[in-house]
Amino acid sequence: MTAGVDLDNVCADFGTFRAVDRVNVNIQPGEFFSFLGPSGCGKTTILRMISGFTDPSEGMIRIGGKDMKGTRPNQRPTALIFQNLALFPLMPVWENIAFGLEVRGMGKSARRAKAEELLRLVDLPDAADKRISQLSGGQKQRVAIARALAVEPDVMLLDEPLSALDLKLRQHMRAELRAIQKRTQVTFIYITHDQGEALAMSDRVGVMSHGKLQQVATPREIYDAPVNGFVASFVGENNVFTGEIAGTEGGIAAFRTPGGLFHGRMGPNASGKLRMFLRPEHVKLLAEAGNGNSIPVEVTDVAFEGNFISIQSRDATGQMLIAESRNDGTVIPARGDKLHMVFDAQNALILSGDTAAKDVDA
Amino acid sequence: MKDLINRYGTGLTVLFVGLTAFWLIVLVILPNIYLFENSFRPYLPVVDMGGPKDFYSFDNYLKFFESPIHIRVFFGTILYSSIVTVICFVIAYPVAYYLAKVASLSMVPTIFLLLFIPMWVSEVLRSFAWFIILSFNGPLNLTLLGLGVIEDKIRWMTGFRSVMIGLVYTYVLFMLFPVYNAVQSLDTNQIEASEDLGAPWWRTHWRVILPHCKPGIASGSVMVFMLSAGSILVPTLLASTNSRWFTEIIQQWMFESQDWNTGSAYAFLLLILCTVFVSAVMGLFKVKLSDIAK
Repeated sequence: MTAGVDLDNVCADFGTFRAVDRVNVNIQPGEFFSFLGPSGCGKTTILRMISGFTDPSEGMIRIGGKDMKGTRPNQRPTALIFQNLALFPLMPVWENIAFGLEVRGMGKSARRAKAEELLRLVDLPDAADKRISQLSGGQKQRVAIARALAVEPDVMLLDEPLSALDLKLRQHMRAELRAIQKRTQVTFIYITHDQGEALAMSDRVGVMSHGKLQQVATPREIYDAPVNGFVASFVGENNVFTGEIAGTEGGIAAFRTPGGLFHGRMGPNASGKLRMFLRPEHVKLLAEAGNGNSIPVEVTDVAFEGNFISIQSRDATGQMLIAESRNDGTVIPARGDKLHMVFDAQNALILSGDTAAKDVDA
Repeated sequence: MKDLINRYGTGLTVLFVGLTAFWLIVLVILPNIYLFENSFRPYLPVVDMGGPKDFYSFDNYLKFFESPIHIRVFFGTILYSSIVTVICFVIAYPVAYYLAKVASLSMVPTIFLLLFIPMWVSEVLRSFAWFIILSFNGPLNLTLLGLGVIEDKIRWMTGFRSVMIGLVYTYVLFMLFPVYNAVQSLDTNQIEASEDLGAPWWRTHWRVILPHCKPGIASGSVMVFMLSAGSILVPTLLASTNSRWFTEIIQQWMFESQDWNTGSAYAFLLLILCTVFVSAVMGLFKVKLSDIAK
């Protein structure tokens, strides 16, 4: 079984603080949906409201079309994977997994069989009688997933479950989670502040800031067509120019900045204070000035990352600009080189709204 | 030791190490050794002390096993101390859970203060207050009568009823604090995880919270049990003619018969038998001594 989740004008207030502000989203049955945002943006509160531990102060939450108001967490068709996993340390692995079945009155041998079946599913076939403290981080992760799957939830809720793992394991578990989701067809609602995680795993991503849902779209759209400055700057790297519109023609605007006049594409609802966002992989560093957008720069630093090269440079106004190019065997610029940063107007997006203060640890 | 001297200087270190050693050796260890030695010697007139009749034997200890009344009193003490322990747990656990997981943080200090205030009054006065409250024409009976809860006055101070009430009142906090610490150390996510997996509240308590609290419950229980079994004040004030406590027998040997030797033997018997009993119960509940020490 799988079920969709509808959030209908959902708000959460803690005293005078509005943690979640009129969130509307329809999550489809069987979808892998991520809420992405910096810490304190209200995403965990949304998860707690769906699982039933926090009541919305306004609005309605429906799971499988049914209003969940007044339904306790133990009656909801959801299973939550906690950030710290919250495995029961005093029970062996199999009892942890079978806890939800024990609650439902299943006999001991049937429980044990089901737990072993789930352990095979998460690739831990010999762990049934181990103690939780004997498991590694990745293994605990799998046990937590198995414990949640055991109750056959319609909706699985995951609260940054990978944040405690090291990078290699995290990437491995991403693929694994995705595979389990595809196999079980359960709706996954995933909370994370890690954009890489959200983009790589999700069918759709909802980007949140200050309790508000900024944009709901596929990972590709979020990255390529962000609707405002927050989304653009929170997801991925950018070169950001502040300025104002000098004129528009066919969706392309002339954008006047302290460093010169550039052409960029008008984003949706661009009004008020505007910025132009330019992805580092969309610029080229050339020896000659181009016909279109072109900024004379001096290279200040070159970082060789293996598969790509990240080049930092400075324009005439002193603004730092980043360019990224694939390592395709061509000459790499050196520090001090005087080059021209050239980019296509289609790739420069003019958006309104504040930029995100990046999490340092993200 | 070097750390202590570095931190507090030689003078202070010698002072408080010395005071601790004085308390431990002179006020605790030496008197106990003296009583222990005495418990193996017969009770003799002064002139016979050190004479041919003064030799070590188990006679004082055997007196207990030859006296059915004393044995009965001993088992009564064990039984009613156990009941007191259970009642203390039943009262303390919900309060501890409420304080640790439900009450808002701003409320907790106030509640603790309210719990502590009675402890500022001497145990003698508190027990005597219960003597007044529980007396036949006392306020408890009058209140219950007035509310129509009972039709006739209850004689509270007969049997072990009043002793148990007094002991529970005196020692319940010794259960509350270890259990509170235990509940508090439980990650709230564990409780929520259990509920999220569909468990009703009682199963969450039975399978998740209580097992986690076992060491705290055990140390609270040991304290309440030992304090109750060793209590002299509450039974003296609140017991009636048909309810005797083992400590009262020890007191009789020592102060009424002036037979310190037998009294010491009885005191050590109480200590040894209670330790055996506590160890047995701990074994039954699979609690290790190291769990309690945590």
